[in-house]
Amino acid sequence: MLEIIDLHASVHGKEILKGFNLKLEAGKVHALMGPNGAGKSTLGYILSGREGYEITRGQILFNGQDISVLEPEQRAALGIFLAFQYPVEIPGVNNTYFLRTALNAQRKARGEAELDSMAFLKKVREKLSVLHLKDELLHRAVNAGFSGGEKKRNEIFQLALLEPKLAILDETDSGLDIDALKAVAEGVNAMRSPERAFLVITHYQRLLDYIHPDVVHVMSDGRIVASGGPELALQLERDGYAAMAAGAA
Amino acid sequence: MATERTELERQLERRYDAGFITDIESDTLPPGLDEDVVRFISKKKEEPEWLTEWRLKAYRHWLTMTPPQWAKLNIAPIDFQAVSYFAAPKKKYASLDEVDPKLLETYEKLGVPLHERARLAGVAVDAVFDSVSVGTTYRKELAEKGIIFCSFSEAVKEHPELVKQYLGSVVPPGDNYFAALNSAVFSDGSFVFIPKGVRSPMELSTYFRINARDTGQFERTLIICEDDAYVSYLEGCTAPMRDENQLHAAVVELVCLERAEIKYSTVQNWYPGDENGVGGIYNFVTKRGECRGFKSKISWTQVETGSAITWKYPSCVLLGDESSGEFYSVALTHHCQQADTGTKMIHIGRGTTSKIIAKGISAGRGQNTYRGLVKIESAAAGARNYTQCDSLLIGKRCGAHTFPYIEVKNPGAVVEHEATTSKISDDQLFYCRARGISEEDAVSMIVDGFCKQVFKELPMEFAVEAKKLLEVSLEGAVG
Repeated sequence: MLEIIDLHASVHGKEILKGFNLKLEAGKVHALMGPNGAGKSTLGYILSGREGYEITRGQILFNGQDISVLEPEQRAALGIFLAFQYPVEIPGVNNTYFLRTALNAQRKARGEAELDSMAFLKKVREKLSVLHLKDELLHRAVNAGFSGGEKKRNEIFQLALLEPKLAILDETDSGLDIDALKAVAEGVNAMRSPERAFLVITHYQRLLDYIHPDVVHVMSDGRIVASGGPELALQLERDGYAAMAAGAA
Repeated sequence: MATERTELERQLERRYDAGFITDIESDTLPPGLDEDVVRFISKKKEEPEWLTEWRLKAYRHWLTMTPPQWAKLNIAPIDFQAVSYFAAPKKKYASLDEVDPKLLETYEKLGVPLHERARLAGVAVDAVFDSVSVGTTYRKELAEKGIIFCSFSEAVKEHPELVKQYLGSVVPPGDNYFAALNSAVFSDGSFVFIPKGVRSPMELSTYFRINARDTGQFERTLIICEDDAYVSYLEGCTAPMRDENQLHAAVVELVCLERAEIKYSTVQNWYPGDENGVGGIYNFVTKRGECRGFKSKISWTQVETGSAITWKYPSCVLLGDESSGEFYSVALTHHCQQADTGTKMIHIGRGTTSKIIAKGISAGRGQNTYRGLVKIESAAAGARNYTQCDSLLIGKRCGAHTFPYIEVKNPGAVVEHEATTSKISDDQLFYCRARGISEEDAVSMIVDGFCKQVFKELPMEFAVEAKKLLEVSLEGAVG
């Protein structure tokens, strides 16, 4: 589904990704770990199309299509979803209204029929119950006044509603207590399917106790230095990033 | 100034020589303003002597005044002698094909009904679309309740005692420079009278005013609600109005007696000029309401997106005990527009309350200024005011300024003021786009959220139009 080939990218002239390679198939969950400054979040932003990043070499293919030239909203319509590390607040804009606008914009772009309020609400209630989320989430403005945990759960709620093909979770576990972490992991697991791929970006192994990855990659200084099964994450926990990077050099 | 007037006098004498008298028969006056022009206007409208005198007094007072300089506006000096003060109706096009296609495109975007487009664009309207038939049924229903809703000129003829009683009682001719000018040369406007205990069964809108001649630049409106009466009045429309006349100086006076209520809503989209601000309309308006009666209430709601320069402060004078005034406003400035707008709430009676929600949106190189006065006089025991001014900046070259004036002479009064300034951040836009929403839709959505508090005060159809209007006006605002 996702193929990243020798990707080099810079921000403000500084090279952050230095030959990044990744192959991600539908139905799989890949974890991407690494120290601060490795370029994990940068990768997430580049995949979703944020401005300010320059791709100097390499390709990003989504189901065979080069998406580096597409606008963020076009990528969303294709089925790419980024769960933000720091979800921004949008006061005055109702959460439900925002989601309905987003969903229908994507459906329209794909040539699908838009959902009317009734159909949309039905879908919403369905997802709320699957994720064990409270109704009142729907009545508030987007992320306004939400606690850190609530914001992260709202991201997963959006994921559930928008049903993307590729879900990139950017440090979804950061700032969460153990209960919130479990809730978020439950939500993600509920969304696992043969048609969907996950790229879980995280610092710590802890999240991976709840979201079991198929493959674990370790990223350092702009590229992947090691890949392996879930036991790689445990090794990382034991030995630390520096050792791993040294081993790979 | 002195030199100009002597020049004027000399020009006047010359005109007399050239046979000025014959001009009275024609329909359009050459540019210039003097007492004869004022008399001409009054005579053309067949006004009674007292009104002609009223105009002349205003004109003579205007001559002693100078244009105000205190607003934070960049205005090229207006040559009042270069304007014609009475013009024949605007040239009518034979069909929509002759109208500027961009204008038609805007009507399309705003969802203006087809027959409305013709009327607004200045196309001679077919008998089939004649608004008179619609208006007639409407008028009957109102007449049955004793409600008077007609043009100002008609009111002078049919209800002179009412006009004489209330005209100039809220905005005296000497009040300010533009009010004085308006009082001398006003063309036409609305007159509304709601008798005791009557609630208007429908919203009164300028669209339904029969014989609504293009009111031109100097509109004069008078709305009176007697005890326990209620009316909701809608002024303007969302479709962009073009006018060769650059200066619009209207006066609106509202009077509320005991427990009466007037809800006055304006959605205005005067032509703002091109991207460089050339050719736009100057909108200088004096709007004031007097809550004369006990527990009377006046609320002003406005959405202003047009004009090159907007200068208006719809105000309330709270005379009656426990009377209340409200002001809800969204002012948008884009490209090179400038707005200096706000309100005045003058508390005189006991237990009076006022509420101000002013939202400014600046985009492009627009400059938006809120200027508000909350004045609590010494007799206004227990007076309360709540003011909230919010500014939203879109882009890096626009500006928002706030000048709140608070004067409190009663120790028991409570005055609250809150202000916020925010911008639509790149992060917010990216968040929306990453979810599939286009940049323009994202801006509209965020702006709409920003304006919600004001939009919910508008009568429903107006609110829908206002939302669409804001979207259209913000096109190209980002980037």
